[in-house]
Amino acid sequence: MPGEARKLTVEDLKRIKEEHRATFTLREGGYRAKVTVNMGTCGIAAGAREIMNALVEELSASGAKDVIVTTSGCGGLCSREPMAWVEIAGQPVVRYCDLNGQKIKRILKEHILDGRVVEEYALAVGDETSY
Amino acid sequence: MDDISLHILDIAENSAAAGARNIAIRITEDPEADSLTLEIEDDGCGMDAETAARAADPFFSAKGKKFGLGIPFLEQAAQETGGGLRIDSRPGRGTKLTSSFGLSHIDMKPIGDIGQSVMALVGGHPDVRVVFEYRRGTCRFYFDTDKLNEGDIQEGGPASFPDRLLVIKAMINDGIQRRQM
Repeated sequence: MPGEARKLTVEDLKRIKEEHRATFTLREGGYRAKVTVNMGTCGIAAGAREIMNALVEELSASGAKDVIVTTSGCGGLCSREPMAWVEIAGQPVVRYCDLNGQKIKRILKEHILDGRVVEEYALAVGDETSY
Repeated sequence: MDDISLHILDIAENSAAAGARNIAIRITEDPEADSLTLEIEDDGCGMDAETAARAADPFFSAKGKKFGLGIPFLEQAAQETGGGLRIDSRPGRGTKLTSSFGLSHIDMKPIGDIGQSVMALVGGHPDVRVVFEYRRGTCRFYFDTDKLNEGDIQEGGPASFPDRLLVIKAMINDGIQRRQM
């Protein structure tokens, strides 16, 4: 009914939090996208350094200045390493697993630069926060 | 881990996780003594004697996990060549890890791509000063992220962060290669 205020539900709050979480983090740093490569012992042993190398080379070649690459420790799912998280401002984080140099180059081109999630490489979408 | 450079990245990531502002990586090859010594020193939070003594135990971790394999892997790689690993650490001061290898031992791992490891370390921790030193006999190569000049990096306009990282990788690998000749 027009004019009637709808009650905000817990579900709405969850959705709003999810929608804005990535945006806030990225806006503070002035970047449009952030890629985090898991660089724990498990990640390194599985090839995470090569993922970082491929990303840096491709980003340098593309000339994109609004994408930040960083690393983190163990992502908590060692058997699916190498893994990388992709955050685009205004969108939930996408977690990619079982990566190699070719896969991350495709993710960079299709998801980070063109905005289309590469679903076949994705493990999950969203944050594992408890509400 | 396939090579020594991956161990270096792994151990230096521990330093960064310990809140280090400075990380020094030193490799000394002594062909006459047939030895290679790797030192990774940081000014992170350090460990007390009990924690340091348990750091090489694969079922011990100081990060709240049930296992921690980075240091045990490196110790194994060193011991397989007749070498070993030592940790000197003081709480609040930092940690120095030293491992030695038998250079020509058949189980000695290749050195690997050190430039790529330093690049990944700096890429993940741009605020940490990383010093890398390589010695072979009387030859010495020294790299310091604090002494990286704009002139080393940019030919045209301002260099992006990935451009800088690629320059670091190239400088280190070139520096090592020249001193191995």
